[in-house]
Amino acid sequence: MIWSKRYILFPLKLTDSLLQGILRVGAVISALAMLLISLFLIVESWPILGQISPVRFFTDASWHPLEGAYHLMPMLAGTLYASAGALLLAIPLGIASALFIVYYASPRLAKWYKRLVELLAGIPSVVFGFWGLTTLVPLINQLHPPGASLLAAILILTLMILPTITLTAYSALMAVPVEFLLNATALGLSRWGMIHGVAFPAARTGIIAGIILAMARAIGETMAVLMVAGNVVQYPDGLFDPIRTLASNIVLEMGYAMGDHRAMLFVSGLLLMLMLMMLSGMAGWLGRNRCA
Amino acid sequence: MSMSNNKKILLICIMFIVFVFGGLACAYAASERLVLTGSSTVAPLVGEIARRFETMNPAVRIDVQTGGTSRGINDTRNGTADIGMVSRALKPDETDLHAFTIALDGISIILHANNRVTTLNKQQIVDIYTGKITNWKSVDGADARITVVNKAEGRSTLELFLHYLVLKNSQIKPHAIIGDNPQGIKTVAGNPNAIGYVSIGAAEYEAERGVPIKLLPLDGVDAAIANVRNGTFPLSRPLNLITSCEPQGLARRFIEFARSLQTHDLVEALYFVPVEVN
Repeated sequence: MIWSKRYILFPLKLTDSLLQGILRVGAVISALAMLLISLFLIVESWPILGQISPVRFFTDASWHPLEGAYHLMPMLAGTLYASAGALLLAIPLGIASALFIVYYASPRLAKWYKRLVELLAGIPSVVFGFWGLTTLVPLINQLHPPGASLLAAILILTLMILPTITLTAYSALMAVPVEFLLNATALGLSRWGMIHGVAFPAARTGIIAGIILAMARAIGETMAVLMVAGNVVQYPDGLFDPIRTLASNIVLEMGYAMGDHRAMLFVSGLLLMLMLMMLSGMAGWLGRNRCA
Repeated sequence: MSMSNNKKILLICIMFIVFVFGGLACAYAASERLVLTGSSTVAPLVGEIARRFETMNPAVRIDVQTGGTSRGINDTRNGTADIGMVSRALKPDETDLHAFTIALDGISIILHANNRVTTLNKQQIVDIYTGKITNWKSVDGADARITVVNKAEGRSTLELFLHYLVLKNSQIKPHAIIGDNPQGIKTVAGNPNAIGYVSIGAAEYEAERGVPIKLLPLDGVDAAIANVRNGTFPLSRPLNLITSCEPQGLARRFIEFARSLQTHDLVEALYFVPVEVN
């Protein structure tokens, strides 16, 4: 008996430990990648961080790194305005689209509509940027020059994160157990009552995860924003003023930067990463606390 | 048991990384080396030329580092670099060095093709870029607000433009900032009231292919590659390789290669103007 048990268990144990090994190596590699990137950012920005006080990133007159002025705050504000604006537009639109697909559209229409949204998700960001530069910016320019503006950035980002929110909200809503919905119907709830009272609370974690993903994409998006936002370093007075985001700042100036200027671009990257960590931490905390 | 296993795996990973990087470092030790330092304008071009030179001469390793024209001159004088890269003509106090021009760089002011304005003098350009003139009406154009397109900090085109207008970048009041030449051309082509500046090579290429931009003449000289080549266009400069003494051996072979017909396609791909070498 014991002999046969060992005989049966032996290969199982081997695959198990093999799998465990592979998974461990994978985990260590991804953790190492993250750590190495952080370390690299810190090492590359060290020359400037050790030399000047970080207070100057908040108090300098402007961003002219070649003239020794390192004001980063307008770009931080620009990044936040653009992604917040895009989220404000994309969250209601995305959730509404997901609800439409799951509960309102006929199966045929829902299928085609979902395909369309998936196609939107597959468009590369540089194509969005190119379309924005050649179509959207001239349109806004007719409304209010110069065209390349915070508004253009918000609209492009909205288009880019809309499918992320729609598709994750769709999956979360589809994962709601069908018994819940049947019970709600049996209790005589209206369709909206069922969505509002049963489906939404059950799908909330998934929807919030999708919003966090979308936010990360909006904050980190570079090429499309670079092409439509105008890239002037300033606090925008309105939707029609150009802005520069931290991510575009790196791409825009990296090719020709050296010395302190280069280190300063790594500081922008560090700041961007810190901001993303803080925001996703905050969003996760909010999601957990409201569930409890 | 699981702790010690984890540690072992970590150790293996670290050893793997060390071996990979060590191997790479060994591969980079080649027999003949050439070090070039200097201008960040010239470096991308020289980098491309060096890559082609290396494929033709597999035993040669060429190291191209940026750091600015002044670093190129210092390194060449004190022998840290074999060849320096300088994005201007040599000054009178630099006659101890030998300069070899590998390309010319010129930039042109561009407007949308539908803009009524056909010429601007230097003072008008300064006033537009510093925000003293904000409407095309003031320079005999239509009644429309001017959109000033500037280049990102650190770009050589910006440096040459500022040098020509005797301005500092902080004095300029831009409405849009762009990175590379194609983006600048698309921005001006999409906005009838924009003014920008890009490398002449890029602007001439796009304008010939029907993109609605026009190149403004400067000081009465047409913005054209031909005028950059014959030295009459004011907004241009030579890109030089420099050596401390008459170049010998590998350095001489590299400089001759950089100035030969074999690299003209690389020069043009970076929107510079090749020089005719007899």
